[in-house]
Parts: sequence; structure tokens; C-alpha cells
Amino acid sequence: MRRGSEILIEILTWLASLIPAILAGAIISFLLFNGASAISWRFITGFPEKGGLEGGILPAIMGSIYVSALCMLIAAPIGIGAGTYLAEYAPENVFTKVVRFFVELLAGIPSIVIGLFGYAFLVHGLGLGFSILSGAIALAFMILPWTVRVSEEAIRAVPREYRYASLALGASKWKTIRSVVYAAARSAIITGLMLGLGKAVGETAVVMMTAGMGVAGYIPASPLDPARTLPVHLYLIAGEIANTSEGLRMAYGTALVLIALFLAVSIPSIMLRNYFTRRLYGDAG
Amino acid sequence: MKIDDAVKILTFLCAGSSILVVFLIFGYTLLEGLPFLAKYGLSFLTGLYWKPYADPPQFGLLPTVIGTLSVSGLAILLAAPMGVLAAIYLAEYSGSGLLRSFIESATQLLVGIPSVVLGFVGLVFLVPILAETFGGWGFSILAGGIVLAVMTLPHVICISSDAIKAVPREYRYASLALGASKWQTIRRVVLPAAKSGILASIILGLGNAIGETMAVLMVVGNPEVPYIPTSILDRVRVLTSTIVIEFNYAVWGSDQMRALFAIGVVLFIITAVVNLLAFHILGGRIHAKGI
Amino acid sequence: MSGGAASGRTVIAALAAVAVAMFLAGYLASSFALSSISRTNVKTATTTVVETAGLNARLNVAGSTTVAPIVEEAARRFSELYPGFRISVAAIGSGPGIKAVGSGEVDIGMASRDLKEEEFERWPDLKPFRIAMDSIAIVVHPSNPVNELTLEQVAKIFAGEIRNWKEVGGPDKPIHVITREKGSGTRDCFEHAVMKPFGKEVSAEAMVQQGNPKVRAAVANDPLSIGYISLGFVDETVKPLRIDGIEPRIENVLKGTYPIKRNLYVVTKGDPDPAELMFIGYLLSAEGQKIVEELGYIPLYPVS
Repeated sequence: MRRGSEILIEILTWLASLIPAILAGAIISFLLFNGASAISWRFITGFPEKGGLEGGILPAIMGSIYVSALCMLIAAPIGIGAGTYLAEYAPENVFTKVVRFFVELLAGIPSIVIGLFGYAFLVHGLGLGFSILSGAIALAFMILPWTVRVSEEAIRAVPREYRYASLALGASKWKTIRSVVYAAARSAIITGLMLGLGKAVGETAVVMMTAGMGVAGYIPASPLDPARTLPVHLYLIAGEIANTSEGLRMAYGTALVLIALFLAVSIPSIMLRNYFTRRLYGDAG
Repeated sequence: MKIDDAVKILTFLCAGSSILVVFLIFGYTLLEGLPFLAKYGLSFLTGLYWKPYADPPQFGLLPTVIGTLSVSGLAILLAAPMGVLAAIYLAEYSGSGLLRSFIESATQLLVGIPSVVLGFVGLVFLVPILAETFGGWGFSILAGGIVLAVMTLPHVICISSDAIKAVPREYRYASLALGASKWQTIRRVVLPAAKSGILASIILGLGNAIGETMAVLMVVGNPEVPYIPTSILDRVRVLTSTIVIEFNYAVWGSDQMRALFAIGVVLFIITAVVNLLAFHILGGRIHAKGI
Repeated sequence: MSGGAASGRTVIAALAAVAVAMFLAGYLASSFALSSISRTNVKTATTTVVETAGLNARLNVAGSTTVAPIVEEAARRFSELYPGFRISVAAIGSGPGIKAVGSGEVDIGMASRDLKEEEFERWPDLKPFRIAMDSIAIVVHPSNPVNELTLEQVAKIFAGEIRNWKEVGGPDKPIHVITREKGSGTRDCFEHAVMKPFGKEVSAEAMVQQGNPKVRAAVANDPLSIGYISLGFVDETVKPLRIDGIEPRIENVLKGTYPIKRNLYVVTKGDPDPAELMFIGYLLSAEGQKIVEELGYIPLYPVS
């Protein structure tokens, strides 16, 4: 009797643990099933017509790429710098505690508040307008805690012996960090940043309130151009097309492209990250 | 030696910039929101009517707060039991094989799926089903709760399974040595020891749910004048959706715009309380573990 | 050692990126300091660009979802004529559009209603340009047997006094009322033309959808629903109702037998600069008015 219920419970927990996989699989295949027929050369490389209800999504794809790339260009160096300071230079003092506390605080701020702040401060206050630059800065604020954390973790995970060896050979501290620590932590930092990029690509509210919602007949070129990114495009056209209409495929197609972009960034980094975690900490977790 | 100092200063500035950013965001939001809170006081939180365009405008947030809590509460109610079960499997049964790595990867993937995609699926798949099954609009607390549960589940799984894994092996060995079965060990020894961590995961999940915007916005219906819901099929507004809906209607310098910042302040307070609570609970645990 | 060299390059790249970030921060700080002047600067800058370097201008347009299709299509054809123009059109509603142009966030606003007194008080230098006329159609699901309502019935339905389709000759099913958000030009006109004459207000129970496309889709998705949209948005997914026996068609609106008629505007802050003027001129030209007609709105003067 006992054995039976033991097995039952194990099966129950096993089923529960499969739910995330089932959900992720179901969502992706739902979009694939409904959206695959919308994907065409014209859809990927065309310009939106009728407010995005027809035509293509090229400006949205490019907008997404520009905004998240510029965002990483801002957040990654600051994050790596801060991570380096926290892991290498800072003694455990009040300042580092304060920095860590503030990083956690920043991570806890709901993204919508960052969006509202970005709209008020960047778009309106600084007069940057709805633009790729406003969107990228606001997004960078959002993922900064993430980039700080992953960099610090990755740098801390580098064994001390590496540093001792380098310092013993007469290398300066910076030389050691540059040639030894970064080299050892590089893959972990990059995968961490890639995951951050995945967040940036998918973020909607912050970008909508800072980079704008306009449909454009051109590909944004200057950082001061407004851009409607893929998630914003999806949000705006979702609910604008009747369920019965052929045009609904446009929305599915947009969702599919968005999730493909997200998966292309995320899956390799998740797999690499799991691999590194395993290698560094062993299997016990 | 010189470059060493330069690098140190540069990285120091980078680290300091996060403080600056937080001050900027908090400062700006408080600066805009606090005068409003001072003007309207408690009536902001206890008022029943949100009519920013009426003359004089009314800013009663109570139905929205209740809407937020009911949607997030429902999400946690759905996600927590499943999440904890899944965490038990991951921590206790899964071993270290391919299956565990697959489950962990899928969980991380689910965390990352853009919320607007979940909202879209909710809108075109879930809402019509609910409308057909229960009548009415389909946009409801229920729809919001289900979509949010999908987003909350992976958070609960990750943090709970970490908490369970952190229970010292010796506890299990002792229990098993006394002749307890595996499930008895989990139920009587491991789960009680991991209790605070699991609780923290649920609280953090709730905090995440309250701060979530897009997925909820797209399926909860957002009535123009929110009312206190009496059924889970009622439409509600949540704090975050109010900001998105009204930010470009609110005129600069108007009470409506300040009200949105005041909602931001309320969100700060809620998330701060949630995080401090979880931190406190986890902090106790971390101490016990001696890390 | 080659690994060291590679990471050295990464670091140099990272430092370069830090430099970029610093530059951005500096730019932010300076533009913060100049924020009051910069907005006027942007305008004169645009002007200079148009005058000196040929035709290059960025025009950000935002506002009414009713007007957006006209401006979007015009922007598309206009940029074919003048490839240097980069026009982005955001359909966010009349109220937000007027606010956005008034507070300098965009160059041109779009509105599907007259500007309100309080808006002129707040931003005295707003300049509306009438670019087209329009009406509002009351629409239901194509499967709905109801074809006609009186204006008073419409008012009562939207006020929540008539709640069942059988009261107006339909099936014994509840009516799902779909309305626009406050601040929408279409809602404003609807309230003015339909609700006000009977002293009624749109019920708070009504489902709010932001924008004409969302109302149209919501009505097309729900057999029990009723909503109102711009004439330019009527298509085969919804059925427009006759009001007091009159079909919502352009000739009836012009004759004045159909009870709702309104003007559509684009709005600038102050006198339009040359780039804005060129684009507005295009909207008012025969070509622009042809777009208005093609899209199902009412042109300002006969074009064909």
C-alpha cells in the first residue's frame, strides 16, 4: 500500500514539473500553427499598411533590433563595470552593501513605473521625444540590475588561484582582470547578457511609453527616430482584428516572429548557462 | 599603476550609477506622486470612484487595488500548489539526468516568454473560451488570473526548488535511517525545513504578479469606472493597466498625471513590502544555513 | 596568450562602449540643461534642413484613430514623392493627440472633433487644419437581425436602459454595449449627437475599447454587441444600422438627413514649419482629398 502511494506522489510531482514545459510548448506550437501561414518574404521585409493590419513588419523588426541593441550598448558596459568593481575592487564595506541594495531595489521596481518615468523624464522632460534613444535608455534602466548581477556572479566564480598565479607572475591588477579574469568569465558574462537581451526584446510597456507607437513607412536610422517595436506592434494590433478575419494571421505572424527572435537569443544562452552552472558548482546545485 | 587607478574609478562610477538611476526614478516618481497623495490623502486609497475626467475629478483607487489583489491572488492560488509540487520533483526525485535539465530549461524559457505574447494568447484563445463557457465578456479576473498564473509558476518553481535543495542532506539521511519512507521524509522533514523558502517564493511570485502589466492588461477588461468585483467573472482594472491606459491622456501638470505617479508610489510600496518580507523570511533561512 | 589578446579586444570594445555611454550621459545632461531651448531648436533645425539640404524632415504625427488611416496613406504616397521625409503615424486617440502636439511630444496632432475651449486655454497656439469630414455609423454583428433603430433607441441602449435585443426587435439576448474611451473624438461626437439630445450618458457598464479598429473587431467578434465607429472604418465584418430609416452613407450625411456629421483635423503647435506645411498642403490637395474619398471619408470638396 505504502509503495503505491509513494509512486503516486512521485508521479504527481513529475506531472507538475512538466507543466512549464507543456505550457511553453503549447504556446509556441499554438503560435506556430496559427501564424506560420502569415510568414512570407513580403511579411518579413514589407512595410505595414492600414495601421499594421496588412502588409509587413520590417520597421518593427528593425525597431526591436535597434532599441534592444542600443539598450545593451548602454547597460552591458555599465553592468560589467559595476560587476567588476563589486567582485574585484570593492572591499566589503558600506558602499558595496548600498550598491547591492540599490541594485535589488532597481530590480524590484515594476517595469511600468520605469516606463512612466521614462515617458515623463526622457520623452517629455529632456525633450528626447518618442525615440529609439528614449526607449533604449529606459530599457537599460530596467535590465541594469540583471547585467550587474550576472557580471558580478561570473567574475566571482573565477577561482582565486587564477588571480594569484597571474599576480605572482608580476601582472598588475588590471592586467590580471583583463587577461585572466575576463577570459575565464567571458562565456558566463556573455550568456548572462544574452538572457538580458531576451528580456529587452520582449519588453512592451516600457518601450511603448518611450519609443512610441507610430506606424512608420521607413526603417528607423537615427537614434532620435521613433520606433514601434515588435511587442508594441503585437499589443497594438491584437484586438484590432476580428477573430473571424483572415487578417488575424498578421497578429499571429507578428507574435511568431517575436517569439522566434526571443528564442534565438534565449535558448542558446539558457543551455550554455545551465552547462556553465553545472561545470562550476557541480550537480548538487 | 596609473591605469589600475583609472579602471578602479571607472568601475566605481559604473557601480555608483545604479544608485543614481534608482534615485532618479524614485525621486522623480515621489516628487510627482507625493504632493498628490498629500492633497487627496487616504481618500485616494479608499475612494470608490475613479473618474479623472469628471468635474471635479475623482481619484478613488479602492476598486483597482481590490482588482489587482484578486487577479494576483487568484494567480498565486493556481500557481503555488503546482509550483511547489514541481519544485519537490525537481529537488527530490529528478536526480541529475537529462529530464531535470530539460525541465529546468523549459521553466527558464517560460519565465522569459514576452508577457505580451502570453497576453495575446490569452486574448485570442482564453477569452473567447471563457465567454463561451460562462457567458458575458470573457474578459475577467479569471482570465487575468490564469494568464498571470502561467507567468508566476516558473518563479515559484525556481525559488521553491532552490529552498528545498538547500535543506541539508543530513536531515534526510537521519529521517531515512529511522525507517521513514521517501515521501514521509519529504513531508515531515524536508518541507518543514524549507517552509520559509517556499513561503518566500510564493510572496515573491505575488509581488511579480502585482507588478506585471501587459499580459493582465490585455485580458482583464478594464472598465472605464472600475467597481468592486463580486465574482471572478467581473471585469477589473489593475494598478499597472491604469497607468498604460491613461498615460497619454493625462495632461502634464494635471492631477490625473500626478495620480498615475501616485499609483507608481503605491506600486513601489507594495513591491517594497513584498520584497522586504521575502528578504526577511529568506534572510532567516540563509542564516540558519550558515551562508 | 591568444586568449588573452582576444579578451583584451573584448575589453577595449567594452571600454569603447563605456565611452559611448558616457557620451550619451553627457548628451543627456546637456540637453537637460538646454531642455527649455531645445524644443524650439528642434523646430528651427528641421526648418533649416528642409531649406538647405533638400527635402529632409522627420514628422511625428499622433492622434485620432479615425484620422490615422488618411494620414498614414497620405504619408506613404507623400514619402514616395519626397523620399527625404520620414513620417511616423501613431493612432492613439484625439485627446492624446492634442495633448502630444500641445506639449511638444509630436509635430502634428490628429483630432476627429473640434478642439475644446480648455485645450485652447492650455495651449493657445494650437492651429487646427480641417482636412476631411466624417460621420459615425452605429454597427452590430452581421448576424444580428436588427437593421434599423431610432436615434432615441440608440441613446437608450448606450445608456443601459434598453438591455435586451428583443426590446428592439431582435432575439431574447442581452445587449453587449461597446463604447470608446473618454477623450476619444469619436466618443465625443457620439455623445454630442446621440446621447445629449436625450439627456443621457453612456453607461459605465459598457465595455471600453480604445480606437476604431478595436471597436470594429470587438463587434465583429460578438454576435450580441453594438458599437459605433467612423464611417471610414465600416467594412464587411460589421453591419451599419439605419438610424430613423436613414442609411449612414456619404450622400445622406451631406444632405443632412443622417444625424451625425463631424470635421477631421490635423493640428500643429504654432504656425506649421515648412515641412509640416508641405505635408498639410498635400493632405488638402486634390491628391490628398482623393485619399480621403478612397478610404470612405468625406472629402472637403468634390475630387472626382
